[in-house]
Amino acid sequence: MSDVPDENRPQAASGNQLVTDPDLPATTIDPEVLAAQDRNWTPAKIALWVAIALLGGVSWVMLAIIRGETVNAIWFVFASICTYLIGYRFYSKVIERFLLKPDDKRATPAEYKADGKDFVRTDRNVLFGHHFAAIAGAGPLVGPIIAAQMGYLPGTIWIILGVVVAGAVQDYVVMFFSMRRGGRSLGQMAREELGLIGGTAALIATLLIMVIIVAILALVVVNALGESPWGVFSVGLTIPIALFMGVYLRYLRPGKIMEVSIIGFVLLMAAIIGGGIVAETEWGAAVFSLDKVTLAWGLIVYGFIAAILPVWLLLAPRDYLSTFMKIGVIVMLALAIIVVRPEITVPAFSEFAGRDNGPVFPGSLFPFLFVTIACGALSGFHALISSGTTPKLIEKERQTRFIGYGGMLMESFVAIMALVAAISIDRGIYFAMNAPLALTGGTVETAAAWVNSLGLAGVNISPDLLAQTAKDVGEESIVSRSGGAPTLAVGLAHIMQQFIGGPAMMAFWYHFAIMFEALFILTAVDAGTRVARFMLQDSIGNFIPKFKEASWRPGAWLCTAIMVGAWGAVLLMGVTDPLGGINTLFPLFGIANQLLAAIALAVCMAIAARGGTFRFLWIIALPLAFTAVVTITASFQKIFSSTPAVGYFANNSAFARALADGKTEFGSAKSVAAMEAVVRNTMIQGWLSVIFVILSIVVIVTATLATVRSYRNIASGGKSSSSEDPAIPSRVFAPAGFIATAPEKELLAQWQNLPPERRAEKAGQH
Amino acid sequence: MAEPAAGTPGRKSGAALMSLAAMAAVSAGFKGFARYFSGVLGADAYVKYLEHHAASGHDEAPMTEREFWRDRNDRQDTHPQGRCC
Repeated sequence: MSDVPDENRPQAASGNQLVTDPDLPATTIDPEVLAAQDRNWTPAKIALWVAIALLGGVSWVMLAIIRGETVNAIWFVFASICTYLIGYRFYSKVIERFLLKPDDKRATPAEYKADGKDFVRTDRNVLFGHHFAAIAGAGPLVGPIIAAQMGYLPGTIWIILGVVVAGAVQDYVVMFFSMRRGGRSLGQMAREELGLIGGTAALIATLLIMVIIVAILALVVVNALGESPWGVFSVGLTIPIALFMGVYLRYLRPGKIMEVSIIGFVLLMAAIIGGGIVAETEWGAAVFSLDKVTLAWGLIVYGFIAAILPVWLLLAPRDYLSTFMKIGVIVMLALAIIVVRPEITVPAFSEFAGRDNGPVFPGSLFPFLFVTIACGALSGFHALISSGTTPKLIEKERQTRFIGYGGMLMESFVAIMALVAAISIDRGIYFAMNAPLALTGGTVETAAAWVNSLGLAGVNISPDLLAQTAKDVGEESIVSRSGGAPTLAVGLAHIMQQFIGGPAMMAFWYHFAIMFEALFILTAVDAGTRVARFMLQDSIGNFIPKFKEASWRPGAWLCTAIMVGAWGAVLLMGVTDPLGGINTLFPLFGIANQLLAAIALAVCMAIAARGGTFRFLWIIALPLAFTAVVTITASFQKIFSSTPAVGYFANNSAFARALADGKTEFGSAKSVAAMEAVVRNTMIQGWLSVIFVILSIVVIVTATLATVRSYRNIASGGKSSSSEDPAIPSRVFAPAGFIATAPEKELLAQWQNLPPERRAEKAGQH
Repeated sequence: MAEPAAGTPGRKSGAALMSLAAMAAVSAGFKGFARYFSGVLGADAYVKYLEHHAASGHDEAPMTEREFWRDRNDRQDTHPQGRCC
């Protein structure tokens, strides 16, 4: 490897030696001290890491090998936390030391561009929570549940190992590169590194992917709320609650966010309880029992209005509510799982792990498991958050490891807990809830008969069990409630009632779970529509400059209508799909998200190569190669597979042939109209797959070419270059990790002793 | 952070003192958590803006709290921030 060109400078990656103000204490811990600290393996430290490694190892053995009839949920907690700790302590340090080389002598954008508004140095622990709230949503709560069809082990391994070597790496690297570029967005970085073709492909891909992601999130909400008067009432009430909070913050008590969030939370709880009372009444059940198509149209109209209303009125207050719920719910779920420690009876590998015709999602384990679980293991969407917003708030460069890498580990933990909640319920109930209507038939009798006919080991459910479970959670029916959210809600209700409240509280916990998922998703739908609208306006603005003016109403409304129309069309397609919308569309969602990850990693690889770091380029190339192989294979199977359940076009021609033969029903489509719908839907889904995969291949190829060019350039003695902002010496100091180390405390004390007039403005208040 | 308990008269019994100290610790912990949470929500944005304004030595007066939040929301209108799935 000695001939690999690598500009392995220890610190000061920018080349010019930065000189910080000699009158101030150091702005960084001496690299020598840092290295000595890492090398200093005291017996206590060794014992601690040996203990963590042993506990983690034992937990993995319990999950993967020893598993008897049942396995206790606590092993999931230990296996994940121990693996995260090891990944964080060892692997992320390798990335820090050899690939990114953060330099605390350099000021971050939050320091050199400080404006008190967008660029504000933020306490690292607060920013960790803030970043986590921005990246975590309904995704990690949905994907693992759908993937549980294959048993718990494949999903668990991918979530835990995937995050350590892929997901957290992507978030960390994107955040770091964006921070070095003044908080530039992924799109801007793609344009800079990949040129016009690669940059444009990345932009179009991002826009399309956002449409798909918003549409499928919306589909999850519609599936959860269809024919559920309780859910519709309580989720519907979040709109007036958010409006009230918006007015309160704008006119009554500006800035009292904590106060209004608590008021909003209390109102939200009242809405859930009220929903139960209203759904019991005859008029309530009549008014709020909406079918899925009506709900989908409602959501489309809502999405348009929400995206053109000013932010303060609806989006901002609901965002507070959503953040409040997010952190509360996740803490609560973790506590409940640790306290209750449910026994899991689901097998490690189910009967469907080796087949490609599972009822919940079609396709074989490789590659489809890896696209079904996107958020939680590797999520391309995070690259949009990790570039742009968070980098403008980072106080010191070395904190990116904690916030970027650590934040994603936290999301992975959420995914593991969602998986545990989902697999703690009876497997028969799981399949009855998640299979499409065409298979279950929709009634408890047909669903039970269908589940029992699958021949799954240890599964034998009665119609009464399905009816009783529905009654326990306060729903009319739980059959074919696909989309993941209702399954998680049943699982969570099952665990939480053992923790707080007993069986009588199950219905409350179920609707509590539906409520928070809906809240996360509605926020993502609004925000996604807005972001996509601006991207579209900006793109059209290249041809018609008037569109670039954000305040030009007709342009804004037209672009909003186009974006809402686009995701609305996909949503309606999913809702009315005779094959079951989640079943056909969820793979597209996962593929889109992972292709975005491939794009982000490809851009990062080009950036790192241009900076002359080749020896450790594999840190980015490895997850890039993996996600590229997974998503391109998945796309090709979706496009070319001759198995109708897997390939969109194979399905298309099967139904087209049936129509041509004059059949009036075929497969799960029971009418000519339904058959025509399948022909139409599969054609659209197929072409979307084609477009995604072509755009992504263009981006990956241009990035690889850029990388090879940089390699040749440096191998032939050329200089590395970079699109980084120029290095500016920092005038502040803050610790890098969750807890300050001894040398950091010492240095902090020096800063605290500094006379106030010589200190730069104070850092975060903690 | 448990100053209130340390400052109470020493006549109280040990158990009472302990429970006072525990209460103070709980209250300090709760306050710390509330402060952390409001940071995560971004509720301290105005305070930080004022600090920045004072430190950077502007001549004109800073925006009032109401003006600041209006300005912030209006800027969010034209610079939307994504939320993840």
